[in-house]
Amino acid sequence: MFRQSRWDEPLIFELGNKGRKGFIVPEPEEEVKRKVGGIRIPEKILRKKPPNLPEVSEVEVIRHYTRLTEMSYGVDNGPVPLGSCTMKYNPRIAWEISNDYRINMLHPLQDERTIQGLLEILYELQKWLANITGMDYCSLHPAAGAHGEFSGILIIRKYHELKKQLDRKSEIIIPDSAHGTNPASASMGGFKVVEVPSGEDGNIDMEALKSVVGESTAGLMITNPSTLGLFEENVVEISKIIHGVDGLLYYDGANLNGIMGYTRPGDMGFDIAHINIHKTFGAPHGGGGPGAGPVCVKDKLIDEERNIWLRDLLPGYRVVYDEKTGLYKLVNNEKYSIGLLKAFFGNIVPLIWGYTYILMLGSKGLRTVTEQAVLNTNYFISLVKDIRGYDIPYGKDRYRKHEVVLSAKPLYDDTGVSAEDVAKGLLDAGFYAPTIYFPLIVHEALMTEFTESETIEYIEKYAERLQEISTIAYSDPEKAKEWPLNTSVRRVDNVRANHPKTLAPTWRIYMEKVCRKYSEC
Amino acid sequence: MDSHPWIPNSTREIREKMLEKIGVKNIDEFFNDIPRNIRISKEEWDNLEIGLKKPISEITARRIIEEKLSMNKVFVPLLFLGGGAYPHYVPSVIKYLISRGEFLTSYTPYQPEISQGILQALFEYQSLMAELLDMDVVNSSMYDWASALAEALLMSLRVKKNKKKILLPSNMNPIHKRVVNTYLSPHNVRIEYVNYNHDTGLIDLEDLKNKIDNDTAAVYVQSPNFFGYIEENAKEIGEIVHDIDSLFIMGIDPISLGLIKPPGELGADIAVGEGQPLGLGLNYGGPYLGIFATRMDMKLVRQMPGRIIGLTRSVDGSRAFTMILQTREQHIRRAKATSNICTNEALSAIAAAIYLALLGKSGIRKLAELIYYRSHYAQARLREIGLNTDIFKSDFFKEFPINFDNIGVKYRYVHEKLLENNIHGGLYIGNWFPELGETALYAFTEIHTKNDIDLLVEKLADIINELKR
Repeated sequence: MFRQSRWDEPLIFELGNKGRKGFIVPEPEEEVKRKVGGIRIPEKILRKKPPNLPEVSEVEVIRHYTRLTEMSYGVDNGPVPLGSCTMKYNPRIAWEISNDYRINMLHPLQDERTIQGLLEILYELQKWLANITGMDYCSLHPAAGAHGEFSGILIIRKYHELKKQLDRKSEIIIPDSAHGTNPASASMGGFKVVEVPSGEDGNIDMEALKSVVGESTAGLMITNPSTLGLFEENVVEISKIIHGVDGLLYYDGANLNGIMGYTRPGDMGFDIAHINIHKTFGAPHGGGGPGAGPVCVKDKLIDEERNIWLRDLLPGYRVVYDEKTGLYKLVNNEKYSIGLLKAFFGNIVPLIWGYTYILMLGSKGLRTVTEQAVLNTNYFISLVKDIRGYDIPYGKDRYRKHEVVLSAKPLYDDTGVSAEDVAKGLLDAGFYAPTIYFPLIVHEALMTEFTESETIEYIEKYAERLQEISTIAYSDPEKAKEWPLNTSVRRVDNVRANHPKTLAPTWRIYMEKVCRKYSEC
Repeated sequence: MDSHPWIPNSTREIREKMLEKIGVKNIDEFFNDIPRNIRISKEEWDNLEIGLKKPISEITARRIIEEKLSMNKVFVPLLFLGGGAYPHYVPSVIKYLISRGEFLTSYTPYQPEISQGILQALFEYQSLMAELLDMDVVNSSMYDWASALAEALLMSLRVKKNKKKILLPSNMNPIHKRVVNTYLSPHNVRIEYVNYNHDTGLIDLEDLKNKIDNDTAAVYVQSPNFFGYIEENAKEIGEIVHDIDSLFIMGIDPISLGLIKPPGELGADIAVGEGQPLGLGLNYGGPYLGIFATRMDMKLVRQMPGRIIGLTRSVDGSRAFTMILQTREQHIRRAKATSNICTNEALSAIAAAIYLALLGKSGIRKLAELIYYRSHYAQARLREIGLNTDIFKSDFFKEFPINFDNIGVKYRYVHEKLLENNIHGGLYIGNWFPELGETALYAFTEIHTKNDIDLLVEKLADIINELKR
């Protein structure tokens, strides 16, 4: 039976003892001190009260955070079938390489001639990503998928600006099954979001799409396969419709793991695509980041007279190879580029993971990744499709790609046991839960993605647990409300967490405002 | 393909078993819904230049990458570049702890009951950072300083709804200016720059007073500023900003706060900064850590971008942690979210938390003092060999500009000469600040010993002497 560690671990502020330290800071050399004389920072800006940081020894720090890892769960612990998050195995060789001092010690403003090895790696990665997506040029600059989306939206904006039609190009079309980052990015880019519904088959409702496309359409953002795990079969027609009004098509690469080697965004008609290195290419998610979200474009002539191409709009710097000098160098078309979205080149460490992952699999291996991810999903469906209480909306018999959305609505209607209860029941058995209540168009949604790296044994155990949860729900629904019992804590009080009176976003606020009121300290 | 170590079900037996259960003959059937005309054929795909086309072993891959990495030149500790990223020492404990799989391979803790450890670690990051900054609410990370600043400005425009102007200091990081321009470009905002005093290097208060008006949503101040100089009038600036009901945003170097008054004490409404100095490597620019903090004022907190972890209880009364105020975020609020940020820099935040815990109350002060001494020692020594190290007459921390106009060559020449001696000199800033002439910004931290500094001074003296001859 699964049992997660349950330490009564204090906060770091509650540990330690006066005068203890976890790290020795060297003393300045005598001559250094003598020459400088003393600290001359004006009184009015000199910090008088030291920050209230803990006083802990090195061993206490190690034990504390080790215990916290024991109360954490990642892919190394077991399956994390969070749909659309693509939680695959993170090869350790990539971690070791990304920790090489010849990467860690390079300053982002260091002379280009002294980082030729790194630039060659990045140059190759750009090329590989362009080949994988069927695009022409990539920028490795964005720090995450949503950062890539924001870049894409700004490219769409700049495109219309350069064509002097931005005043009427004010809308971005996004299907209702899209990730929340899509509408949020479009909105940050100053566009109005127009949502189109999905039809009964899970594809975009084409009639609805046609009715909203018009002069004001600046572009469209979709994932393909969608969050339902379904391939958007009308993608070519959609692309014709959007291009027909001079809109650009944006490909959200979050679900690329389901099609690599079979089709490419560039071939489907997309103009811009981002890639999640921390999904498709095996970089770990680190509890929420860092990631890397390169953005790629199909090269397209924007202005013949001024010779402006879509590639000129890319953010940050691209690595190019200069035949004449035999050196790699960084270029940025300052005149037309949408600019910088972060201070420096990009998130190198995840990019190195991605490079290693792609290098070690090659095109052939990447297609195997897709095949196995899809096979795993459909195998899972075959195990759960007849379990009482779960439904598979948008066609039980249509094959899914990288993921599948189950609906626990029948279970909820029959027993009162919700998708959240199912999730907690999975945690209790030592699995991470699927993404729940998303996409919003599916009631009691359980969005499940195993990726290529899950074993058949675990997929079967997961399905067995879903069966068990169903059986318990129908016989003793109250028991399902008790889950989880085997995790570090029982169900968390989210109402208290968010209530203005008990809101505690930091230790100091908790100590000042909350703990005394509730006699907790 | 043979079975692959990362793809455990890729053996013939397992695949056949799975296909049989599903009731399909071969894997290609799953892809039949992809229209023919947009498919890529197996042959075409296999021949694309992607990696080495075929899978290779770890042994081979390591060789290939090692060969490339050997073409990089590492100058640390003889690297004196700053400008927003700094060579600092990373204690061993940090890399060890953040490489533990439970932290490294986990996802955003959407299921709190099984993710308490990472939630607590992130809550501790927020709490430790709050103490360092003397601010109340800290989010659990942005991409980097520049993007945190850009989002702080966007947030100000939401908080001060009808105001359309932003005041930025002309002595801020010019790279950050570019990032701000990108983020703000879709919005109807006026950006104006406040001059700096060419004598002190600090914000010109008179110019600020002239430029600030009722339409100003926010005023930003960077301290230490781009030249490394400490904005000693920060408190007065805050008062001027608050008098006109506008928000005061401060950009800081977290390590400087061991010596310098924190933004909370100086009246900042929002504080942003770069967490890279706190136990992260240089990594050629990323991943870094965008620090973002506000006062505990719900008008501000509700408009904050990013993820926030809160302390609460479980149903049986034990202490527990969970993500809070999620209705601000994109996965719930969609087009009306405060930001689109989703994947952030959580692991970097944990690294910074461990760093702050290791250094503790007195360590951060001692480190700031050490850096102060080292950088001022460098200044004194460079002054002695005839370099102009006193462009500004106030006090600095960690970095300062050196003017090379008096030696009769472009800075580029000095840079090349230093490279020949395996030293990477500072950052040339003459193109950003033409009024400063041939000037470069040099940074000194705890990794630079007296000997390292002496060596730099010696080489620079040689270059100067050679030119005199």
